[in-house]
Amino acid sequence: MPPGLELRDFAALLPEIVLTVSALLLLVADVLLPRRGRVLASIALAGLAATAVALVPSANAHLEVANGLLAVDRFALFFKAVFLAAALLTVLMSIGYLEVEGARAGEYYFLVLCATLGMLVMAGSIDLITSFVGLETMALSFYILAGFIKPNPRANEAAVKYFLLGAFSLAILLYGMSLLYGLTGTTGLRVMAATLAGQPASPLAALAVMLVAAGMAFKIAAVPFHMWAPDVYEGAPTPITAFLSVGSKAAALAMLLRIFLEGVPSLDADWRPLFWLLAVLTMTVGNVAALTQSNVKRMLAYSSIAHVGYVLIGLVAGSSRGVTAMLVYVVVYAFMQLGAFTVIVLLHRRDLAGDALADFSGLSRRSPFAAFAMLVFLMSLGGIPPTAGFMGKFWLFGAAVEQGDYVLAVIGVINSALSIGYYARLIVYMYVKRETTGSEPVVSPALGLTLAVAVTATLLFGLYPRQLFSYAEVSARALGTGAVLRALR
Amino acid sequence: MITETHYLVLSAALFAIGVVGVMVRRNIVVVFMSIELMLNAVNINLVAYSHHLQHTVGQVFAVFVIAVAAAEAAVGLAILLAFYRNRETVNIDDMNLMKW
Repeated sequence: MPPGLELRDFAALLPEIVLTVSALLLLVADVLLPRRGRVLASIALAGLAATAVALVPSANAHLEVANGLLAVDRFALFFKAVFLAAALLTVLMSIGYLEVEGARAGEYYFLVLCATLGMLVMAGSIDLITSFVGLETMALSFYILAGFIKPNPRANEAAVKYFLLGAFSLAILLYGMSLLYGLTGTTGLRVMAATLAGQPASPLAALAVMLVAAGMAFKIAAVPFHMWAPDVYEGAPTPITAFLSVGSKAAALAMLLRIFLEGVPSLDADWRPLFWLLAVLTMTVGNVAALTQSNVKRMLAYSSIAHVGYVLIGLVAGSSRGVTAMLVYVVVYAFMQLGAFTVIVLLHRRDLAGDALADFSGLSRRSPFAAFAMLVFLMSLGGIPPTAGFMGKFWLFGAAVEQGDYVLAVIGVINSALSIGYYARLIVYMYVKRETTGSEPVVSPALGLTLAVAVTATLLFGLYPRQLFSYAEVSARALGTGAVLRALR
Repeated sequence: MITETHYLVLSAALFAIGVVGVMVRRNIVVVFMSIELMLNAVNINLVAYSHHLQHTVGQVFAVFVIAVAAAEAAVGLAILLAFYRNRETVNIDDMNLMKW
């Protein structure tokens, strides 16, 4: 047994181990059964489901494993469940897409599983080194996935842009981390928090926090570090765009919360105004840019930028209510965003990308189910009751109001109203406009299931949010010892 | 006598050169080399602090950074190759298929 690892550590790391083994099995299966996309997809689905089952034994754990490199707690569990749900839906919507594109399925699903593994590590890591290794496991998989359809020049361009800006932001993040290490002599977030609390404020500490914040802002695509997102989202295969905008964003938010609330909470005078500004810029620029788009994938990219702005309100509030609202919003956002991208996948054909605004024209007559699902997702994204998006925003803005930050809450509400403009335009295309492209989209069982799950979740969390809220509350409390958050307020 | 500060100044200078390289150079390979320069500035920082603090974790961190940078180079150059095959260019200004 390697030094520093005990048997109970392996038990607590079971989900990660199961996922790694499934990913490797998938690679072997790809060699044995080449070009059997559906079989490989089933293996991927089984691996993800087994990982979800492996979460159960340590569901109520509150442990530090592997010498304090990883935490297994309710906070990690909450995010891991979101990642696995997102990965499952992504695999389901990829089956048909890959058949149409004629791409190699084995490597594709292997990379999806690797990216998920990276996310699991990010959610649990309480050490700078594990955070960054998890982040890169995820990011490297996504760089390849973004350019997976090699003959497509747009996909190539998306992959190059994503890779260059991803590597650049990683370097900035690591430089900040190296300064934090120098200041505190540790990479463990919890030890770091204790050390920093005893130190007077220094310009170097402020610089380190700013660099880490800038690096993370790239990863969650917050303005002004968002330039890569619309191009990558437009060029990448649509299921990957969906996974990227949900999974990688949620994982980066989990890591952000760990670093800023567990690692450097005592420097909040430095980072709180920074995130305030980021939140306002991100909401406003995202929504204004989305208004002018004619490509639906690109519009959803800008809208997802705006949604990150809303989520950051919770971090600025910094209270346990704020973090709870962030967790709720991550779940809500995951289902509505994945659902919206599933509808784009549905319209995808060999000769048609399916992501132009005109492709949605008259959709309600061609496929009433798809149009209704899209209507639910767009209402939720716009924050209209009785959908989940409304509850999520209500709690986020409520957290800002609770801290007396009325300005931020009002900016959020104005932005939310602004966003209804471009969501409504798409609804008009679907329900009012005359048909232009004649084909009838065929809802395959896998896509139908994905849409049904996403619609159900979006409506269910909107009508009965209490259960989700109480799970999120318990999970937010597990962040750190809980004392960190109390000390802040 | 070379002190702690010398290393940190060297690292900051390298990092700044890297950032400027990313901003102004148009060739993707050179941009990528500039990013590697930034990562090596991180390594100098980590090892200098590790030596100063008499604490090995910094060196472990640096080894991880080197390993990840190598993986990143492999993936990045492969992606660039796929791009080059379709477009026959490695100039950033030619990445203009998607614009808002």
